[in-house]
Amino acid sequence: MIDFIQMIVSGVATGSTYALMGLAMVIIYKTSEVPNFAQGEMALITSYFAMMLLTTMNISVYLAFFISFAFAAILGAFLEFVILRRAKEPNVLGMIVITIGIEMVLLGFVSWKFGAEEKTMPFPIGPYDGFIVGGIYISKLDVLTLISALFFMIVLYLFFKFSKLGLAMKATQQNSVAAQIVGIKTNRIMMMTWGISSLVGATAGLLISPTVMQPFMMWDPMLKGFAAAVMGGMTSLPGAVIAAYMLGIIENLFGGYISIEFKTVVAFAIIVLVLCVKPSGLFARHYVKKV
Amino acid sequence: MDMKRDYYEDVELFSSPVVVFWFIVLIGSLYLFPMFVDNYYVYVANYIAINIIVAAGLNLLVGFTGQISLGHAGFFAIGAYGTVILMIKAGFPFLLALPCAALVAAGFGFLLGLPALRLEGPYLAIATLGFGLTITQIIGRVELFGGRDGLHAPDLTIGPWVLDTDKEFYFLVITLTIFLLLFMRNLIKTRVGRAFIAIRDADIAAETMGVNIVFYKTLAFAISAFYAGIAGGMYAFVLKFIEPEIFTLLMSILFLAMVVVGGLGSMLGSVAGAVLLCWLDLKLRNILDIPYLGEWLKDLSENWFSITGVSNIQYIVFGSIMIAIMLFEPLGLYGIWIRMKKYWRTWPF
Repeated sequence: MIDFIQMIVSGVATGSTYALMGLAMVIIYKTSEVPNFAQGEMALITSYFAMMLLTTMNISVYLAFFISFAFAAILGAFLEFVILRRAKEPNVLGMIVITIGIEMVLLGFVSWKFGAEEKTMPFPIGPYDGFIVGGIYISKLDVLTLISALFFMIVLYLFFKFSKLGLAMKATQQNSVAAQIVGIKTNRIMMMTWGISSLVGATAGLLISPTVMQPFMMWDPMLKGFAAAVMGGMTSLPGAVIAAYMLGIIENLFGGYISIEFKTVVAFAIIVLVLCVKPSGLFARHYVKKV
Repeated sequence: MDMKRDYYEDVELFSSPVVVFWFIVLIGSLYLFPMFVDNYYVYVANYIAINIIVAAGLNLLVGFTGQISLGHAGFFAIGAYGTVILMIKAGFPFLLALPCAALVAAGFGFLLGLPALRLEGPYLAIATLGFGLTITQIIGRVELFGGRDGLHAPDLTIGPWVLDTDKEFYFLVITLTIFLLLFMRNLIKTRVGRAFIAIRDADIAAETMGVNIVFYKTLAFAISAFYAGIAGGMYAFVLKFIEPEIFTLLMSILFLAMVVVGGLGSMLGSVAGAVLLCWLDLKLRNILDIPYLGEWLKDLSENWFSITGVSNIQYIVFGSIMIAIMLFEPLGLYGIWIRMKKYWRTWPF
């Protein structure tokens, strides 16, 4: 029984990381219908930036993180302004190719600048700090990840539901021409969306970096986060988070009881099965194509 | 570009005797090419030809049928492992093992095509991506496939000939490549090919006109996977050794990049894209050996970047090419070629 609960706890911990990445992707998809494959690498470069600040400059951790978050937001907005906005024929395939291109450029840049070897992040909470409750080991870092995932989910949900900017973002996705007519500057909205999304993704990156820090560290969380976002319906914030926790928990239970070897692929098998039954995800209204 | 006046002009393989002449010259020079160059360049040619086959197959799916696949490394791996396993374990001759393995890949392509009937955009991207990753993981864990240690390709014999050098293997590769490309070009001009294009342009309209969407979409996946399987089977013999680590997501991305950079929906484009990206890939692996540029980069890396990560510049180059093509010339290299042709045709004016 303890084993079972321990697996659920680690599943929730993994799920939180996926949830953060999934949220970041959903924000962009909600506004611009771009599946952003560069999300992971945007977080990667922010984590390395934070590490650089902490190791080369003598500043406090909190200030360094604050600067990194600002960097992440500016990076997101910059990428939208310089690259995405210039796309001539925005169709889904073109957008996927562009974001994969951005991903490769950022990945190449980071591994050129910092080398491919494993680094250590001077993070205030170490990966092995934790406490034991009733025989179950809980890592402090995981708790922090869980709190930030839930925090971002609630804040973003309220933001999209009630704030003026959030409503403008929704309007931009639903009908950008109509949004422009009522006076929404859709270009500026897109830039802000990318900034916010990059910030959410960067949180995931910074929270992963104490455990593992090398150029490919964001691939698995990014792909699983994307998978969770797709499973949740790509436009639903709570959907992405719930799907992320489902994936995390199923993955850990599968690893514990059936086969540890196929742990990482079970998420994708689930995705394909879910998509066969519900082609637009679990929590989205069925997408009806307009002719 | 050229005006087509009737149906037969649209379906014919060569538009004029001049084209036939140049085609024969091209084929002839391709067959004579290994006699004049080093072994290394023959190896490069093999590598490129194999990637051309995959790019052509993927172009049928992405460019002509309008689907997305980020999992072609999976089919490639099935082809490679299938061929080698059938030869080692079942004792099949190469010429039988290769199509059998490719048919297995096509079967998987058909299976992947089934969920793809209901999916599009990012949903399809994640489903195919998941498929590619799953295949690599499974191959890496099953003992029959050599696990993490990989497999050595057996000796390659066809009838009385033993193909043990790159030059000898080249003739097999180039023959198959030419045959497969001609087949693809013909296929696109038939009823089947037009059905694919109709599905890409407007699937609902196509269905209304009587195109069987279920059949043709799964067929596109199966043919595309078949091509990747054939290419994978030969790739095993170019490398002489295969392991699961080769068939990564990065490889799938590279295949997609070839198709997009070359030009969606153009056979010529796939060839150009595959040649360009493969050549760059091989060149950039040893970027410091390039004269002048290499020394400058070495200085730059030592002062500002890290010298250990210098080979990662290839990601930057590939990524920039993909972005630049999508932003400035969505038709890819083929689009540039068309524009050049148009410009020179009416040149002084």
